[in-house]
Amino acid sequence: MRREIPLLITGLAGIVFIVQYFIPHFPFNRFSNWFSDWFSIVAACAIWLGALNLFKLSLEKIYARREGWGYALITIVCFLLMAVIGFSEGRGYSKVGTNFDWMYNYVYSPLSSTMFAILAFFVASASYRAFRARNFEATLLLLAAFLVMLGRVPIGDVLTGFLPPGMRLSHVATWIMQFPNTAGQRAILIGISLGIVSSSLRLILGIERSYLGGD
Amino acid sequence: MAPMVGTEPAGGSSKNVCMTYFVATSILSATLKREIRRTTGLSDRKLMIEKRRLRPMTSMTVSISVCVFAISLLFAGVTWSDPVSADSSKLDSFATQFVLIGRGTPRPVTGVTLADVPNDDGTAVAISWTLSPDDVKGGLVRRYKIFRALMTDGQQGTFEDVGDVTAGQSVFRDGQCLVGELYSYKVRAVHDSIDGGEEIFQAYSESDAAGPVSPSAQWFDWRRINVTFGVLILCLLIVYYIRQAQSGKPLFIRKIAGLEAVDDAVGRATEMGRKIFYIPGSQDMDNVQTIAGVTILGRVAELAATYDAKLDVPVSRSLVMVTAREVVREAYSKAGRPDAFHDDQVHYLTDDQFGYAAAVDGMIVREKPATIFLLGIFYAESLVLAETGNSVGAIQIAGTGEPSQLPFFVAACDYTLIGEELFAASAYLSREPRQLGSLKGQDIGKGLIIALILIGIILETFHLWEFHRLFTVIE
Repeated sequence: MRREIPLLITGLAGIVFIVQYFIPHFPFNRFSNWFSDWFSIVAACAIWLGALNLFKLSLEKIYARREGWGYALITIVCFLLMAVIGFSEGRGYSKVGTNFDWMYNYVYSPLSSTMFAILAFFVASASYRAFRARNFEATLLLLAAFLVMLGRVPIGDVLTGFLPPGMRLSHVATWIMQFPNTAGQRAILIGISLGIVSSSLRLILGIERSYLGGD
Repeated sequence: MAPMVGTEPAGGSSKNVCMTYFVATSILSATLKREIRRTTGLSDRKLMIEKRRLRPMTSMTVSISVCVFAISLLFAGVTWSDPVSADSSKLDSFATQFVLIGRGTPRPVTGVTLADVPNDDGTAVAISWTLSPDDVKGGLVRRYKIFRALMTDGQQGTFEDVGDVTAGQSVFRDGQCLVGELYSYKVRAVHDSIDGGEEIFQAYSESDAAGPVSPSAQWFDWRRINVTFGVLILCLLIVYYIRQAQSGKPLFIRKIAGLEAVDDAVGRATEMGRKIFYIPGSQDMDNVQTIAGVTILGRVAELAATYDAKLDVPVSRSLVMVTAREVVREAYSKAGRPDAFHDDQVHYLTDDQFGYAAAVDGMIVREKPATIFLLGIFYAESLVLAETGNSVGAIQIAGTGEPSQLPFFVAACDYTLIGEELFAASAYLSREPRQLGSLKGQDIGKGLIIALILIGIILETFHLWEFHRLFTVIE
């Protein structure tokens, strides 16, 4: 029964979700929202599991003075600080001017933005590796990237100003993005969609069971 | 019932102003001309010659005309402050009143028709009408307001505003109805003036009440019949090939390099005595890509247990943690190593996207894993994670269904499962006939779509445009 009941729930939920797409009549038109609400409720309750797990592991690390225990200490201090400030401010904790709001704006947001900003440097290093002309495909990638990048800045058209308008770099860049790039993206999207259908069918029919912890 | 008109005096008063001014000045100039002719005894031609002598009289005519015009305006101002729909408090200045001169009430719309919106859940009514004759470029109509009244026990209730559309549009969809109720509608052609975001004037005329209409729910959305057929064909293909596989018929499945490398990647971690990091994306269990990531985790965990490699699964969602923990526990049991599993192998970090990326990056830099799996749904954190993994020399196998993140994985990882390969991974690794059968069915479905695309290209090339309409999907 431990395996059958989850399989039954999965199968029923999957069928209901498929059917509700085609049947607009009540109650099918409400299923999507109901399931979504229930998922939010379950996920909100489950957040405590995650939070407690993080707390427990960090405390163990500090207690055992394992490598990197300092980071665990910072995690716990920040966790408690935000939680205490948030709860102490009551319902209006997220209003402008509260301490929680200050922490959010001047600690959390800058840290988050910093991580996002690092992406620019990673893009540069990854591009450097990807654009090395090691084989035919990589050379093609390099060439396409070169044309698109140059075509997107004014100097591209300045350099190719002597050519007819349709052959200038800005047009070449637009053509690459509009046709080969879109075609490739759509091919991937069609594959993904088919993969999702096939994967969902395996789950609904109970053929795929490894998410339940076994075959 | 005659159409209702609001601020009718506004339109009438503008006419009054012009008429008063015109009549008064005409009478005045004719009287003056006659008087001059009588006193001087000159003809019209001679009068022109006697311009200089007559100048004072002409000036007097102009002055009197201006006075009459001003008095007319003042009268018009008094008239405008009276109407029902005009806000008199805003008409206190002469300048405002001047702006309103020449503006009037639009004529009402006609032919209001109501229809139940088909293929819906019975909460919508479509209202259409013939545009007001004043709905022309530079005309009086600015927008149409739609009013609805609920009919209860045969009695029509109060009309309430349910929305508006700009001039030139003759259709409105009221999606806030209740199934089975009776509704009447009116359409109001509105002419209004906005000054600094504030409405300073409104004149309108209303149509007759139309209806009643009762919205009803349908049991099938016929606009989606093409999707129904598409899904049925695809499902039948998959089920057919699953049956074929079950009957023992050998199926050819193409090799996926990224999945072939899983064994080597796990083995490498064992040899190096370092950890395997498995990152199942940054989203929750309601995402099919996360489910795909978690199902592959089962296979990887089994291999890790068999090879005695250390597996670490940092996750960003509590529900993923609970599910992944069960999956890994079962995998270790299946590999005959239940003792090697401990709960903390699968641990929660944070729900925050970049907080999660920062935490995993820190772990990668400190612990230098030999192998990293990035399988699931990723957004901007994909490259941050993959590049950090690359910098510590880990062998990386990544896969996602997000087309925008795939180039990052291709650039930074050793193997990338592109889109559909992520969903095929679990079946591929399990080598279970039924699962492989579903892959075969999926591939045949893909072949069918390619064939349809080619047919479409040929037909469109020959200007046969109807074919693509078969594939229009209503969201």
